[in-house]
Amino acid sequence: MSYTIEGSTGTWEIVVGLEVHAQVISKSKLFSGASTAFGGEPNTQVSLIDAGFPGMLPVINGECVAQAVRTGLGLKARINLESRFDRKNYFYADLPQGYQISQFAHPIIGEGKIEIELSDGSTREIGITRLHLEQDAGKLLHDQDPKLSFIDLNRAGVALMEIVSEPDIRTPEEAGAYLRKLRQILRYLGTCDGNMDEGSMRADVNVSVRRNAGEPFRTRCEIKNVNSIRFVTQAIEIEAARQVEIWESGGSVDQETRLFDPGRGETRSLRSKEDAHDYRYFPDPDLLPLVIEQNWVDQLKAGLPELPDEKRARFQKEYGITAYDAGVLVAEQATADFYESVAKSRDGKSAAAWMTGDFFAALNRTGRSIDESPVGADKLGAMLDLIADSTINGKIAKDVLETMFETGETPLEIVERKGLRQVTDTGAIEKAADDVIANNADKLEQYRGGKDKLFGFFVGQVMKATQGKANPAMVNEILKKKIHG
Amino acid sequence: MLTDLTIAQAAAGLRKRDFSATELTKAHISAIGQLNGRLNAYITVTADQAETAATRADKTLAAGDAPTLTGIPLGIKDLFCTNGVRTTAGSRILSNFVPPYESTVTANLLKNGAVFLGKTNLDEFAMGSANLTSAFGEVENPWHRSSDSTALVPGGSSGGSAAAVAAHIAMGATGTDTGGSIRQPAAYCGIVGLKPTYGRCSRWGTIAFASSLDQAGPMTRTVEDAAIMLQAMAGHDPKDSTSASIAVPDYRAATTRSLKGLRVGIPAEYRPDGMSEELLAVWQKGIDMLREAGCEIVDVSLPHTKYGLATYYIIAPAECSSNLARYDGIRFGVRAEGATSLDDLYEKSRHNGFGEEVRRRILVGTYVLSAGYYDAYYLKAQKVRTLIQRDFATAFEKVDVLLTPTAPTAAFGHNEKPDDPVQMYLNDIFTVPASMAGQPAMSVPVALDSRGLPLGLQLIGRHFDEETLIAAGAALEKSAAFSARPDLRAGAAA
Repeated sequence: MSYTIEGSTGTWEIVVGLEVHAQVISKSKLFSGASTAFGGEPNTQVSLIDAGFPGMLPVINGECVAQAVRTGLGLKARINLESRFDRKNYFYADLPQGYQISQFAHPIIGEGKIEIELSDGSTREIGITRLHLEQDAGKLLHDQDPKLSFIDLNRAGVALMEIVSEPDIRTPEEAGAYLRKLRQILRYLGTCDGNMDEGSMRADVNVSVRRNAGEPFRTRCEIKNVNSIRFVTQAIEIEAARQVEIWESGGSVDQETRLFDPGRGETRSLRSKEDAHDYRYFPDPDLLPLVIEQNWVDQLKAGLPELPDEKRARFQKEYGITAYDAGVLVAEQATADFYESVAKSRDGKSAAAWMTGDFFAALNRTGRSIDESPVGADKLGAMLDLIADSTINGKIAKDVLETMFETGETPLEIVERKGLRQVTDTGAIEKAADDVIANNADKLEQYRGGKDKLFGFFVGQVMKATQGKANPAMVNEILKKKIHG
Repeated sequence: MLTDLTIAQAAAGLRKRDFSATELTKAHISAIGQLNGRLNAYITVTADQAETAATRADKTLAAGDAPTLTGIPLGIKDLFCTNGVRTTAGSRILSNFVPPYESTVTANLLKNGAVFLGKTNLDEFAMGSANLTSAFGEVENPWHRSSDSTALVPGGSSGGSAAAVAAHIAMGATGTDTGGSIRQPAAYCGIVGLKPTYGRCSRWGTIAFASSLDQAGPMTRTVEDAAIMLQAMAGHDPKDSTSASIAVPDYRAATTRSLKGLRVGIPAEYRPDGMSEELLAVWQKGIDMLREAGCEIVDVSLPHTKYGLATYYIIAPAECSSNLARYDGIRFGVRAEGATSLDDLYEKSRHNGFGEEVRRRILVGTYVLSAGYYDAYYLKAQKVRTLIQRDFATAFEKVDVLLTPTAPTAAFGHNEKPDDPVQMYLNDIFTVPASMAGQPAMSVPVALDSRGLPLGLQLIGRHFDEETLIAAGAALEKSAAFSARPDLRAGAAA
């Protein structure tokens, strides 16, 4: 879907590239044995290496390398069998060594791509420039004391993957779709939990604008550390509008780093290009080049889970469901797994309809995630089985599902306890039909007089007389026979 | 006198019960008490810990099967972090720093039974060639010219270690060598100094100067003692990614190895203009001694030698400018008072904490890594470094070991130091190339010059072939029969 900004002098297109910092899921840090668990008491997960003590040396954590390679494979990217670590030098109180170990010239992962889906059903491919491993910094706490700042180094040295996109994004919606898709892939791979509110995924957004697709890129601004997808799309809109205004009033945009203030709905300058750090990158002499074997990469590849794109295609093919339903069901790995357990050897379409309908509605209403659902895949499946073998009808099933959420009973227990078995006894239905016809002679006359709609009234009355348990198809058939004679 | 023994002799004596480890340690502590006030070789003396360790050593010796260095008193360069013992790197900024950990090299020595007498003086952060940049004062060389008593420098940066060993107030000492910091002070003080192959000894827990060059090694009075100490210090360490996973051979056995057929290279480029006749003569004497021992002498060329010093003084400062960024007054070390902002805290702490030479090298290193200068300096230096490494690789296709002088001059006076820092850097001209290429190298004392000061020769070997250095060094030592001792030493002074 195209997105343009109407300025006073014409139409503008936006150009966006994203740099995402994704915290690697690993037990210990990138170069030390300290724990990476979130939420520990300050400075309880800090090794002497993380604190930059004299004589301490980094040793690469193989699991973090494996996670980066898995991510690269998931992004269909080039895996560089030799990569290097560089030092990015700058002084800050949250950076104990006085430099961050990163990969500048030779990242572990090269070019890759992500396919994003947009709300109009179209798809687009966004290029990945690179992915590299680097250390996270610690955290400064300014609110503990009126005069002093405190430092928590628990996060210092935790592994991050910096994932850089090509400037392929053209709308705020695409930026959001890119981030959602990237997060989905990372979660499927188990390489990052993608929790933006805990800071384990953060985005730097590069924005520029231009007159049309034929014009070369203009100066961009980088908006640092945006911590939600909604804020990313807002920041792009606001920053692009700011730049259009500058260009149209005859000014020029300065290359700089900016901050997004969601409260005021504005971006503001953090530091200009002149004030930019000279990071003095150079190869870290404490670490040898990182050399990995193709064999090992192949093993990691063989161990990768099925990724969302492939899973969605398979769901459509294997279970005959729509692209839309398949997309909803693969959004989270847990949902997809749940669906597969329910759909396996059952009617996939009906399983999809129940899950995306009443089941999700019940979860939403009770504020639960699928992992916390009181109704497991086995119980939902058992309910579908009861519908399939005509033990209950669809209307009763809705009530059964409600009760399952409340009591955690099996559907059969509920059906038995409440006596909800579908009535398929012809005699019982016929008797109910006879009673309804006898008690509603006036309606019958109207119906025969041409008021066709009244047939539904008779069906409803019979269902009511059987407390909803009658088989609807049989009710229809018997009523037709009786009324039409 | 117990302080006159070599490590090998003392180890034998301890096992024969000729004396106890406690007696040996006390003799050294007492000598330190007499001499250190003048020499200033130790920054910190750990007399109590040493005596406790000696008592433990006596028990181990009594139980039998004690490791080689059990009860041997050593000095530890104050660049190795020692658990619970202040470690200063010769700098004001670490004057209050007590590490809660033990470096791998010193832990290896402790495991081997060694007794630590204390922490020896050094140029600040190992930056210097004369031990004149220490925040804890200059070290005096125990040697003096026969004509006068002018105080001379012990060389650097491991000047305290060299002086302590030469003055018999340590039986051996650890040093570290980045561009010559073991070999040059060993030559100035008339002792043996061995810089192993880069990666042979772990760098973990040793305060970094230039990570791609730093290497720990032994400083002793004999080649055999260097072999014994290196045996204990060396070995693969998973905590240091640049430490080599290569088995450590029996170094002591190499001291008696025959040199028959060993090819010794004499590099043409180690003969710069203005080199003293005296030094040339000592070098020739070394060549003759090795020829007599059965070696074949081969002329070789290391054509990029002349770029060694310039390259070194780009790469080493570049790495140090980054390595020393952690000394910011925040988490350990000395924090400046009265800072008004974070930047002010950095500036004050680092300005007050670092001496002039360290500040100079941080500035040079910051400059050569800066945007716009990186390619012209750092990148070009790395390329030249590759050429220097290739020089050695080519030479070692033809020869097994190289023989050169260790330093261009003998020790000079404290008041004779050149005003121009670049002149000072020239002290490292013969030692820097081997450092740049990671080759093992050793300085052996061979003769006294006409003024009565020791001169050393340097052997440079193939990667991880310290054994050939030790074999050739032992042969030189035997032929030279260098028995002169400095006037300031335990039992001789006072």
